[in-house]
Amino acid sequence: MSAKTILGQTAEIAGPKKAFVIPKPEVAASMIKRAKRPLLVVGSESLKAKTVDGDLIDTAIRLGKKAGITVVATGHMVREFRNRNAEGVHSMPLMNLGDRLRDPNWKGFDGEGQYDLVVFAGLPYYLEWLVLNGLKHFAAGLTTISFDASYQPNASWSLGTMREEEWKEVIDRIASILEEAA
Amino acid sequence: MSKRDLKLKIDELSSPLGTFKGLEIEVGRIFEEEWEEPVGPTPFPSVGTLRSWDRKLLNRYKPFYMPFCDLCCLCTFGKCDLTGDKRGACGISLAAQQSRIVLIACCIGASTHTAHARHMLDHLLEEYGRDAPLDVAMNTGVEAPHIRLVCGIRPKTLRDLEDALDYVETQLVQLVGATHTGQEGDNIDFESKAFHAGMLDHVAMEAADIMQIATLGFPKGDPEAPLAELGYGTIDPTKPVIMCIGHNVLPSVDIIDYMMENNLFGEVEVGGLCCTAHDMSRYNKGSKIIGPISWQLRFIRAGIPDIIVVDEQCLRTDVLEEARKLGVPVLATSEKSCLGLPDRTSEDADAIVNDLVTGSADGALVIEPRKVGEISVRTAIGVRNRRGEKTFDLGELSELAKKCRNCLECVRACPNNLEIAATLQSAKEGDYEPLASLYDLCVGCGRCESACPVDLPIISMITKASQKQIATEKYKMRVGRGAIQDIEIREVGQPIVFGEIPGVVALVGCANYPAGGDDVARIAEEFLKRRFIVVTSGCSAMNIAMTRDEEGLNLYEKYPGNFDAGGLVNVGSCVANSHITGAAIKIANIFAKRSLRANYEEIADYIYNRVGAVGLAWGAMSQKAASIAAGCWRLGIPVVVGPHGSKYRRMLLGRKENEEDWAVYNARDGEQVYVGPVPEHLFYAAETLEEAIVMISKLVMRPNDTNKGRAVKLSHYIDLHKTYYGSMPDDLHLFVRRQADVPFTMRDEIMAALEEKGWVEDMIASPDPTLLDRMVRRRA
Repeated sequence: MSAKTILGQTAEIAGPKKAFVIPKPEVAASMIKRAKRPLLVVGSESLKAKTVDGDLIDTAIRLGKKAGITVVATGHMVREFRNRNAEGVHSMPLMNLGDRLRDPNWKGFDGEGQYDLVVFAGLPYYLEWLVLNGLKHFAAGLTTISFDASYQPNASWSLGTMREEEWKEVIDRIASILEEAA
Repeated sequence: MSKRDLKLKIDELSSPLGTFKGLEIEVGRIFEEEWEEPVGPTPFPSVGTLRSWDRKLLNRYKPFYMPFCDLCCLCTFGKCDLTGDKRGACGISLAAQQSRIVLIACCIGASTHTAHARHMLDHLLEEYGRDAPLDVAMNTGVEAPHIRLVCGIRPKTLRDLEDALDYVETQLVQLVGATHTGQEGDNIDFESKAFHAGMLDHVAMEAADIMQIATLGFPKGDPEAPLAELGYGTIDPTKPVIMCIGHNVLPSVDIIDYMMENNLFGEVEVGGLCCTAHDMSRYNKGSKIIGPISWQLRFIRAGIPDIIVVDEQCLRTDVLEEARKLGVPVLATSEKSCLGLPDRTSEDADAIVNDLVTGSADGALVIEPRKVGEISVRTAIGVRNRRGEKTFDLGELSELAKKCRNCLECVRACPNNLEIAATLQSAKEGDYEPLASLYDLCVGCGRCESACPVDLPIISMITKASQKQIATEKYKMRVGRGAIQDIEIREVGQPIVFGEIPGVVALVGCANYPAGGDDVARIAEEFLKRRFIVVTSGCSAMNIAMTRDEEGLNLYEKYPGNFDAGGLVNVGSCVANSHITGAAIKIANIFAKRSLRANYEEIADYIYNRVGAVGLAWGAMSQKAASIAAGCWRLGIPVVVGPHGSKYRRMLLGRKENEEDWAVYNARDGEQVYVGPVPEHLFYAAETLEEAIVMISKLVMRPNDTNKGRAVKLSHYIDLHKTYYGSMPDDLHLFVRRQADVPFTMRDEIMAALEEKGWVEDMIASPDPTLLDRMVRRRA
């Protein structure tokens, strides 16, 4: 098995259909740029995930502000965004969000319709694994990307498993490309 | 009870027709009618009887599937890949397969409780006779709400419970049969069957608990049930220690009896883990509660027990191997869990004790409880004398830690990805604090050790590093009181149904917590302070005991044990969960005077629309938890689980924005009206504790809330949302029906928020709500 596809939890082995490993930051940035309605989902482990900006919350704020991506916080994480004076960040429990992302008729947070690409970051590994699998099977047409530092096999595309320092650089590089493109 | 067997046996009968020898006449059951309540529409419902009720709920709360496995490997056509819209060789879809697995889990759970109940009943019938009365709670006439509701019978004696269990067993066979290849194919029908399994489970649990209450002298619904000792530190390791693990109290009862009869209480320590501990403390508060299920491995590894007695359910299946390493014998006491040990039930106790004490046998299977009592106590004393000082010596922790290669396999094996490897790096330098900090977070599963390529005994290392903390772990827990008294239901029925008591929150279930057991106590206190009724059971009830305030008091010492606002009600073990749902049923029956007998749909409809009860299984782990939850769903009671509960692989979620989903009949005139998304979900996994708290405060809302009641509930929802999310909720317009619902102290703020959403008064109706067309009293 490629080191890039080492799972974040040993037994969370996927089915026959597995995520493509994102080969370099430019590919992830390009997919997000090309998406008509991208959404960034930020979970409850974001405070633990340290990035060049501080933590994943800070990076999400940066992406929301400078790259114009819609951001939704799950769990109670919206409080962190509010504490950092971030405007326009949505809040929705992960189960509610997963349920809506599988519905082609969902109107989205802005009433403009379903998202076509959803990026997940900062969630408990097994929880993200399960929601991504629900979407893999029951949300035809939705592209999902995992920005975890551990490979998420049920996404459409996932970063490969990498050490913390490398992950920080990759996330920063993706954010920088998206900023430049905005 | 209303049925009796008639059996006539005549040795010899002479008649004009001739002479008959050895004549036996058996008439199945005679209906002995002395219960004036008429039989309702659904006595002993079969698998499909309540299907239409289930579909009403499942149409509102559609399953959201998160497959844990994309394959089916149940038959030899397979493995079949069910990815996306693919079908298996039998034609099954992935959605149906997920529901099928849910049904299988619920059948396992319900069967486990039923088997437990049957085993106890067989034994108690022998000990106490068929006519032992079922006196189960003080001030209580409705002794068995589930059995009355589902079966339509009123059990009066032990023997009557056989009818309930016969029914449950028959139905469970039907349900398991439905999971065979080429049977049920529709996911919603699988879900309905899972609800059926859940309903059966509550009948079985109720039978199990009321029979042990009635015969073993457990507290009978006593709000002031005694406080028992809980915690590692309550056991004196210098004495012989008997450690009982599991759920079936019968062997432990005989251990305690033997100790009492031989004046050994105080000389020998007897402690329990998991639900056996609950029921031991209900039998005799002098027995010690060591802790929840997750402590098994730690306690054994610490070398404290001198004999381990296992009964059934939630045992570590490697308990024999673990005990063998310490030279501690294991006594298995249930045919369901033989552990490979020889059956020595018919042998002389002296011979068994001798073999266990000398170590010539490392365990035995003995399924006669009386004999278990004697063997356990005598063996514990003998082993204690043989072992001398109990030591827990791992050598120098830092030396052991130096073997760690920092490969991170332990982290990847940990259910919570705890930073085990990092703490071992600190331990290498002699800093054990980080290792000790894992003690409260670790669920004790031991997967880290299995994964470790250098075989580090990580659980033992964490336990060793935490020894000072462990020694001080002494808490008080109010022992399980059993049922809620009818008189209490009369007192609180109205304020619950009108919403003035903001809700009933049941903190139940196992200890598979995402971040330690303290979270359960934190959730409990949040709702106790707000004068919700907090009910608890199982491992959660233990974890609630394990936090103290600045004055050294825990929640059992601070809050009363009565079923009233601000009460903390420990009902007892797993099977006592039936009293929680039983209380909801009794509200419909005793307060609202709805007929109970075989009247499932109407009672469930009442509870769903009126009783603001929510279950929380923060550490739900087992198939039993799945079936208990399923029994709540069929009664219309929402259940929230912690993040690991997502592994039950499907949620039952409402869509609050879809107005068409939230119509009910107004029973006054038959009109269909919009009542808002209350309760929003039926089964829901929360990612964080904070999310769970806020969601619970929302899920207690019901269409029947009075204005005052809705205002009380909204004030808690808003306040908690502000506390944990830092803002007003953005969905208030879906829950405020008219201005009178608005909490006075928040009026300006709320009205501004409503205005922003274009809220209009009376868009949301306040009918006499029902989902059942037949409950409409008059057509407009």
